[in-house]
Order: sequence, then C-alpha cells, then structure tokens
Amino acid sequence: MLNILYFARLREDLGTDQENLDMPANISTTAELRNLLMARGEQWQKALSSEGLLVAVNQGVSDWNTTLDGSEEVAFFPPVTGG
Amino acid sequence: MSDAAHTFIQVQSADFNHAEQYSALRDDCPKIGAIVTFCGLMRDFNDGDDVSVLELEHYPGMTERVLAEIIEQARTRWQLEGVRVIHRIGEMTPSDQIVFVGVSSAHRIDAFAACEFIMDFLKTRAPFWKKEKTRDGQRWVDAKDSDNKATERW
Repeated sequence: MLNILYFARLREDLGTDQENLDMPANISTTAELRNLLMARGEQWQKALSSEGLLVAVNQGVSDWNTTLDGSEEVAFFPPVTGG
Repeated sequence: MSDAAHTFIQVQSADFNHAEQYSALRDDCPKIGAIVTFCGLMRDFNDGDDVSVLELEHYPGMTERVLAEIIEQARTRWQLEGVRVIHRIGEMTPSDQIVFVGVSSAHRIDAFAACEFIMDFLKTRAPFWKKEKTRDGQRWVDAKDSDNKATERW
C-alpha cells in the first residue's frame, strides 16, 4: 500500500492531505503515479502539473524516474519556502 | 564525542531564546574559538504588501532528515564543533523569530561559511512552506530565484 501525502498549496487545491492507495500493476515510477493521479480530473490535472512540483519517496528528496514497489510513503509538494 | 552528539535539530512551535542557544554552543567544547549565529525574523512586508500573520507548515520526519543531511555536508567541508538548528512552525507575527542557526568552530572562517551554507540549503531544500495574511487575504509564498542562486555559490 502506498501512503501518499500532499502539502501546502497542493493540499489545499486537492482538499486532502493523505491517502492510501493500492498501487496498480501498470505503475512502477513516481512519474507514472503522478499521471495516474492527474487522470482523476481537472483539479488533479492542474494541481499536479504546477510549476516546480517536487516529489519525495520515504522522506528523501526524489525525482520522477524513481522506482516504486508499492509500499512507499510518497509526498508531493510545491517548491519549499522556509527560513 | 561524536558529531551527532554535537548536532541539535529541532522543529517547534514555541519561541526560542537566543542567549540560551549561544550558551549551549559555548559550553559544548573548550576547543571553540568562534561562534556564528543567524536568526531569521518575520518581516511585516513582502512583495510590496503589508503582512500581518505568517503561517508555517512542514513535512514532519523529512524536515529533520534533510536538515541532518545539510549539517553532515557542512561538516565534511569545514571543521565544526557544535551545530544547532531550530525552525519554528505555526502562526507568527512581525518581529517573531522564525529560524536559528548556530555554528561553533576552532576558527571563524569555518563558522561563518558553515552558518551561511546551512541557511542557504535550509531555505531551498528543507520542506517548509509559508503562507501569509495580507489585507487582501491569504496567499502562499512563492519560492525565490535568488534563494536558489545563493546555493550555487557552494
């Protein structure tokens, strides 16, 4: 089971901060997971195609080629603005 | 003591006391010849507008991991003794302290450089997000190119 997290603007645009998802067999990377989520509708399409969107896998900075086995914590979030 | 024992990382909603943080760095080790501290405060303006309240959120777990990695990188580049990083979350008002970075070292050059390095990477890598309240409502703060450029010099 994937544990998917959404932060900041993304969380507000999607109206959710977390979900569990059984990873479909045809998904194997972070990019494919993003495409799957974007296909849910206009709101998802728009939010997940926002400029500079970042992805983390198991709390480590990641990229769109990262392989998933379906048990990870995957987080999507906008560019960071701390400090 | 190991490096890890001399590293302190904390994300908290409570305010922090600069003098206590400075003391903790100073008491840590008699080899210290220099302490450099940085404190980031909330401003009452941004992008031309008055800002009355700032709200900060983060990604618990990942934040601490990223900060630990940044400090580890700093330790490989400079000779450091103590490193303390505190970042606040939640609601803040103008003049509130947001972030503290303190570094102690045998030499000032290492302490100055490491403090700046840690701050530059904290701003561009650690998963914190700011939302500000202005007279026109709430808005998420956009990442700045100048912050990304600041990391390129390292």
